[in-house]
Amino acid sequence: MAGIVGYGSYIPRYRIKVEEIAKVWGTDAESYKKGLMLQEKSVPAPDQDVITMSVEAARRALSRAQIHPQKIGAVYVGSESHPYAVKPSGTVVAEAIGATPEVHCADFEFACKAGTEAMFVAYGLVCSGKIQYGLAIAADTSQGAPGDALEFSAAAGAAAYILGTENVAVEIEDTYSFCTDTPDFWRREYQHYPEHGGRFTGEPAYFHHTLSSAQGIMKRSGTKPEDFKYAIFHQPNGKFPMLAAQKLGFKREQWEDGRLSPTLGNTYSGASPMGLSAVLDKAAPGDLILLVSFGSGAGSDGFILRTTDRIKDIQGKAPKTKQQLDCAKRYLDYGTYAKFRGKILKAD
Amino acid sequence: MREVAVIGIGMTKWGECWQKSLRDLFVEASLRAMDDAGLSQIESLYVGCMSGGLFNGQEHVGPLMADYLGAGPIPAVRVESACASGGVAFRQAYMEVASGMSDIVLAGGVEKMTDVDGSEATYALGTAADQEYESFHGITFPGLYALIAKVYMKKYGITNQDLASVAVKNHAHGVKNPNAQFQRAITVEEVLQSSMVADPLHLLDCSPITDGAAAVILCPMEKAKSLSKKKPVKILGSGHATDSIALHDRKQLEVFASATIAAKKAFSQAKIGIESVNLVEVHDCFSIAEICALESMGFFAPGQAGKAASQGLTALGGKLPVNVSGGLKSKGHPVGATGIAQIIELVEQLRGEAGQRQVANARIGLAQNMGGTAASSVVHILEAC
Amino acid sequence: MFPAKIWREFPQRYRLEAAKCKKCGKVFFPPRLVCNACSHREFEEIKLPWEGTLVSYTIIRTPPSAFSDQAPYAVGIIETIPGLQITCQIVDADLDKLHIGQKLLLEFRLIQKDGKQGVLCYGYKAVPIDAHNS
Repeated sequence: MAGIVGYGSYIPRYRIKVEEIAKVWGTDAESYKKGLMLQEKSVPAPDQDVITMSVEAARRALSRAQIHPQKIGAVYVGSESHPYAVKPSGTVVAEAIGATPEVHCADFEFACKAGTEAMFVAYGLVCSGKIQYGLAIAADTSQGAPGDALEFSAAAGAAAYILGTENVAVEIEDTYSFCTDTPDFWRREYQHYPEHGGRFTGEPAYFHHTLSSAQGIMKRSGTKPEDFKYAIFHQPNGKFPMLAAQKLGFKREQWEDGRLSPTLGNTYSGASPMGLSAVLDKAAPGDLILLVSFGSGAGSDGFILRTTDRIKDIQGKAPKTKQQLDCAKRYLDYGTYAKFRGKILKAD
Repeated sequence: MREVAVIGIGMTKWGECWQKSLRDLFVEASLRAMDDAGLSQIESLYVGCMSGGLFNGQEHVGPLMADYLGAGPIPAVRVESACASGGVAFRQAYMEVASGMSDIVLAGGVEKMTDVDGSEATYALGTAADQEYESFHGITFPGLYALIAKVYMKKYGITNQDLASVAVKNHAHGVKNPNAQFQRAITVEEVLQSSMVADPLHLLDCSPITDGAAAVILCPMEKAKSLSKKKPVKILGSGHATDSIALHDRKQLEVFASATIAAKKAFSQAKIGIESVNLVEVHDCFSIAEICALESMGFFAPGQAGKAASQGLTALGGKLPVNVSGGLKSKGHPVGATGIAQIIELVEQLRGEAGQRQVANARIGLAQNMGGTAASSVVHILEAC
Repeated sequence: MFPAKIWREFPQRYRLEAAKCKKCGKVFFPPRLVCNACSHREFEEIKLPWEGTLVSYTIIRTPPSAFSDQAPYAVGIIETIPGLQITCQIVDADLDKLHIGQKLLLEFRLIQKDGKQGVLCYGYKAVPIDAHNS
C-alpha cells in the first residue's frame, strides 16, 4: 500500500508573544490567549522563506526516507506565501535536494489547504505507478496586516512528506476531499496582506468544510472517532481544531498531540501537515490517524493513515517537531519582528 | 637589466577632496612629480587605480590621464591589483625602465572614493575578495581582517590595546605629515571607544576612505644625474607575489605568504639582509595588517610583532621605525595611490627631506603594499645614493 | 543581478558540490579545472557535509550595500572537512556566545535579495547546534 516513506519538519527559532503584539496595538492579549488559545507564534528570520524552510524540511524527510533523491519523480510545494509571484518554489527545492532534472515540479496554492493538496496529488501519482516517489511540501510564512487579528496567529513552518510504495512508514488508507466556493479569506493580486470575512470564516467556512470532510471520510471508510489514536485538524488558532474535534466526538488525548497552534501559531498550508509530523514523531506501529486540512475559499482534504513497524526506525533520524517548537526559542520585540517581516523598511 | 632610480616625487594633500575629480587628483600629483624631477615630458605612464569603474564610473583611466597630463600619445595603462595597484604600477614602470624599453616613466596611483556613499564604497572594496565565495556572503574588508585578528589574538594572546597601539603610533607619525588625511594624535582609549566596525576591529583600527593621488618618475640610474638635479634614490630590489584570493583557502590566516615571498625576492635581488633596513612602510589598512605583514616579511618572529607598537619598537626613534608617514591609517588610503605614496615616503626619507618625520641616518627603506587579504603583495627596497 | 551569475553557482550554493583531485586527493570548493597541488586535471565530484567547525568569526556592523538591512550579522570561516574551509554567515546565534572551535550546522537560507524586483539568491549559512536541530 502506498504511503509516507519519510517526513520532516522545520520551524524557525524566532517567536513573538501575543502580549508583545497586543501591547503595540492596544488590544487585549487575554482575549487572544483565552478566546483563541494563542500564546505565541513562530516568526521566520529575514533570511527564511517558504523555499528555505521547504528545503530544510525536505532534507529531513530524505534523512528519514533514506532514498536517493534522483528517485523522486515529483516535487510539489503547497503554500500561499511563495517568495516569487511567478517562478516556482519547487524548482529551487528540487535543485537543492538533488532531485533534478527528471522530475515533475509544481507549486500549489489553495490558502491553507495547499500543503495537503500537494500530498494528495503526489499520493495519486505514486498510486498510479507514474512515479516511484513523490515529495510533497506544506510551507508558509504568512502575514497578517499590522494590528489585524491575523497578526496574532500568522506564523511560519514547513512539513515535507515523501510518498512511495516501498518501505512505507505510514500507509495512507483513504483520502477524501470536500470543496465549495466560499469566499471567507482571500488576497488579491499585488496586495501584501490578506482580507477576511471576520466571523464568516468560522461556521460557514472552517467548521462546515472541516466537519463535512471528516464525516465524509469516516463514512466512506467505515471508521468511527474511537478507532483513531490521533486526529489532526487545520489549526488557525488553538480553539478551532479543539471545537472541531469535540463536535466530531474526539477526546483530548486524540487531538492534543497534533494541535501545535497555541505556541506555534497558524502556519497556514503547513498547519495540519506539521501537526501530523508531530504525531508521527511519537506514534507507535499500527496507530490509526485522521488528518483533516482546511483551506479558505474553501475546501478540506481528509486522509486516513496507519503507521507501520518502520515508523520506529525513522522517528529518530531527524529533529522532531515538538523539539523544534519547544527548544532554543529566540523571542523578538515588536520592532525587530516588524523589521524581520518587512513591515518596516530601512530607507534606501 | 639596468639599475633604476626614482628622480621625482609628488602627491596631493589626501583627504575628502570634494572639489577635485579623479583626473584632477592624478594630474596634480603627476605635475608635482615632474616638477620635482625638473622634467616636462615622460615616455610612458602607469596608473594604479583599483576601481575607477565602481567609484567613479570611469574605466580606461590610462589614456584619460595621459590626455589630461598633456603627455601626448604615449603608452598609458591602468594597473589594477586592488589595494596593491600603486605598488604594482611602480613595479611595471621599474621593469620598463630596467629593460631598456623606456628612459623616463611615470608611475602614479589615484583613487577618488568619496563619489559614492559608505555602503557602496564598502561594496567596491569588497570586490577585491572572492566575489562569489566571500563577498557574496556579506563579508567586508574590515570583516576579513577581523577574521585574521581574531585568530592572531587567540593564538598569541595580544589584547585590543595592543591592536589599538598600532593605530595610535601611526597617528602620532601622521601628525608630522602635512599630506596626511588625519594630522591628529589619538589615544588607545579613543580607539577602543570608537564604534565597532567588525569585531574586534574598531573604526580607529581601520584606514579611512580617502581621495588622493601620488606619482613618481623613474629613469635609468646612469642617466639620473644628467636628467635631474634631485638626489636619485636607487631601486635595490623588487618582489611581487600572490596567494589564494579567498582568505579561507589559507592554512594559517595570520600568515601573509605573498608578503613573505615578495620580500624574499626583493631581498635576494637587493643582496642585503633584513637587518640593513632602516625604515619600513607597510600596508596597515587595519591595525592587525601591520602586525602580520611585519612578521610575514621576517622583521619579527611569529607572535612578536603583536606587541611591537605597544612596546615602542616600531615608532619613529624606535628599533625599526614602521610607517613614519602615518601609514594608511593616518595618512589615508586612496587605494590605488597607496603603494606609490609609500615609495614617496621612502624617497623623502632617503633624500633626508622628511623634516620632523626624518629617520636618522636612513640609508635603506622597504615598502610593502598589498591587495585583498594579501592575495597580492609587492615589496620594494630603495637605497639612498 | 543578472540571473546567470548566480545560476551557474547553484551546485555549490545549493548542494555544496566540491571536486576531489583524482591524483592527490585535494578537495576544492568551488571545483577547479586544475589541481593547485599536483596540476592534475581530473576530479571526482563530492559533496561537503552540512556541518563544520568555526575557525574564525567576526560581526559585521558596517555592511556593504546589499546587506544594509541585515547588520549586525556574524560571518565566519568554517572548516567542513579537514583542510577545506568556507566563508559564510552564522545566524540564529547569540553573537556574544560564538567561539572559535564551535561546531555548527549549515542550513539553506536566503543570502541576498537583488532589490525588490531581482532574483532571490539562496545558499548556505551556519547555525549553532542545539535542541532545535539535533
